Amino acid sequence: MSMDFGGLRAVDRLDLEIQQGEIVALIGPNGAGKTTFFNCITGIYAPTEGDIHIHPPGGQAKRINGLKPNRVTELGLARTFQNIRLFQQMTVLENVMIGRHCRLRSGIPGAVFRPQHTVKEERQAVMDSYRVLEKIGLERFVNDLAKNLPYGAQRRLEIARALATDPFLLLLDEPAAGMNPQETHALDQLILRLRETEGVSILLIEHDMKLVMSLSDRIYVMDYGRKIAEGTPQQIKNDPVVIKAYLGEEYVA
Amino acid sequence: MMSLVEIRKSFLVSIWFMFLTFPIMVIRVNTVENIVEWRWNNMIAVGVGSFLLSFVWRYLIRRKEQGVRRQRESAGPRVSIFQRIGEDRRIFLPALTAAALAVVVFPFLVSMYQINIMTTAFMYIMLGLGLNIVVGVAGLLDLGYVAFYAVGAYTYALLNYHFGLNFWVCLPIGAALGALFGILLGFPVLRLRGDYLAIVTLGFGEIIRLILENWNEFSFGPSGISNIPRPGFFGVEFSLLAHTRYIYFLVVLITIFTIFMVNRLQNSRIGRAWLALREDEIACQAMGVDKVRTKLTAFALGATWAGLAGVIFAAKTTFINPASFTLWESINILCIVVLGGMGSIVGVILGALVLVLLPEYLRAFAEYRILTFGCVLVLMMVFRPGGIVSNVRRTYRFEGPDSGDK
Repeated sequence: MSMDFGGLRAVDRLDLEIQQGEIVALIGPNGAGKTTFFNCITGIYAPTEGDIHIHPPGGQAKRINGLKPNRVTELGLARTFQNIRLFQQMTVLENVMIGRHCRLRSGIPGAVFRPQHTVKEERQAVMDSYRVLEKIGLERFVNDLAKNLPYGAQRRLEIARALATDPFLLLLDEPAAGMNPQETHALDQLILRLRETEGVSILLIEHDMKLVMSLSDRIYVMDYGRKIAEGTPQQIKNDPVVIKAYLGEEYVA
Repeated sequence: MMSLVEIRKSFLVSIWFMFLTFPIMVIRVNTVENIVEWRWNNMIAVGVGSFLLSFVWRYLIRRKEQGVRRQRESAGPRVSIFQRIGEDRRIFLPALTAAALAVVVFPFLVSMYQINIMTTAFMYIMLGLGLNIVVGVAGLLDLGYVAFYAVGAYTYALLNYHFGLNFWVCLPIGAALGALFGILLGFPVLRLRGDYLAIVTLGFGEIIRLILENWNEFSFGPSGISNIPRPGFFGVEFSLLAHTRYIYFLVVLITIFTIFMVNRLQNSRIGRAWLALREDEIACQAMGVDKVRTKLTAFALGATWAGLAGVIFAAKTTFINPASFTLWESINILCIVVLGGMGSIVGVILGALVLVLLPEYLRAFAEYRILTFGCVLVLMMVFRPGGIVSNVRRTYRFEGPDSGDK
């Protein structure tokens, strides 16, 4: 898959595969095109070339190039953002309820007349959202405004919101950025637990190598828009190409 | 606590003002007797006046800052007086009854002129609530809102003129056409935000007005359409006073209907999506909210109330021309929303009452009317930037595993 911005090729024929239930990390120096790749998958940009195929568990294979972001989310891909993008003025519960949005159906007539099934649906949405918060461990903030949460909790709320859309693939864009070691460790546990209990596959971009190495089943390394390596954490650690990209020529012994 | 520093600062301000206004307030050249008059009294007045004003200003600012600090110190969420009224049934029900009684009795106690003003105020409540959906809840700054109002008014006027359709038939048609135009405006501005959106909507409002002004065959141009029939009531003939009262009650009913509808819409899945759209568009889309549809419903539903109000306006005044639908009108409605408190229904109602009634009752001040009005607006925005009723949005709360409700 490729992505051009004018004459600039931000992502160059990157190909990447995630199996059901896998945790895959995408790493690379700053500006390598990781987030651009994310944006292409989730429909914020339409890729210039190439295909994105999904095979949802129990569903049909589908090509999702250039679909609108909300369609992509409906199909089961949910993401978080590198720079936190919560709905600041809404409560934690409401943030998660927006995640439920695409799984709810009630429209304008439902809003106006409030028939029984709409009331039930709304109540169910509140309950489901609360359950998601419980899973992530944010239930004590449930009625607080999102902007008043501590930083680490805001990061986790992003994950909760994404999880509320019932995804089969969770795309996490630097979930540990700005977290202290304890928070990072808790996040590590959380991601593993999510895979166990929810059965979601996870694609994550991260700079915290300790987290990446302990979590991932496989790692892809990008530099200047290209894939320069892929493999297990052990392989990547010892790959001279990767070391060169990160540290420069002279460190390759 | 009045510190010496404050007094000195205010003193310096007054000196500065005396110096600034010296040429115009003190010196006057009397051309008849060819002498220069020195009006020192004026200088003293300016000095004392500006000293006091500056002092009061400083005092209020400080109080406001202390209020913010106090709020931050006390951990719990601040509950405003309006919220308290809304939540406590013992206060809420009597208050509502009193308000309802006042609204019902009002037209039988006052003159026709007063009834008309009140009717106008209620119509502005409708307009404000409509615009509140677009600006306050969905966060789309719309400066061309009056266009939909014009659409409603001309719908009734023209349909009545050409086909003799009566008010009750035209009311839903006006609302529907308003919604249709809302969608028409919505499509081209889907990708725009903030300032750009404001400019495009402003242009849209002006286009509608200019079309009405210049397309003589269609809209009769600047001379407008007159003799629009008032709404009928099962063929009963009314005197002028009775008719004024009738329209008043009609508007009150439709306003209550509006409040009901808008309230329900805001507290629904769609209302939630609007709020999220206001907060962060990209995140909103990434969470599976259809941006196109959500924005278009906001525009359409906002415009519906303008269309409805337009039909009533045409029926009430029995004469319309494009001069009623200028940019100033849009700004006025926007002021109602901003002054009342963005996104708050009670706020918009109060805002509309203040903004319509204040200029009317300030007529006593004659030429200072607009000046006073402007000052009130500026002071409001300095001391209550969130509007009269700020931050009383009903949020979804989780009360416990059994009562998952708001």
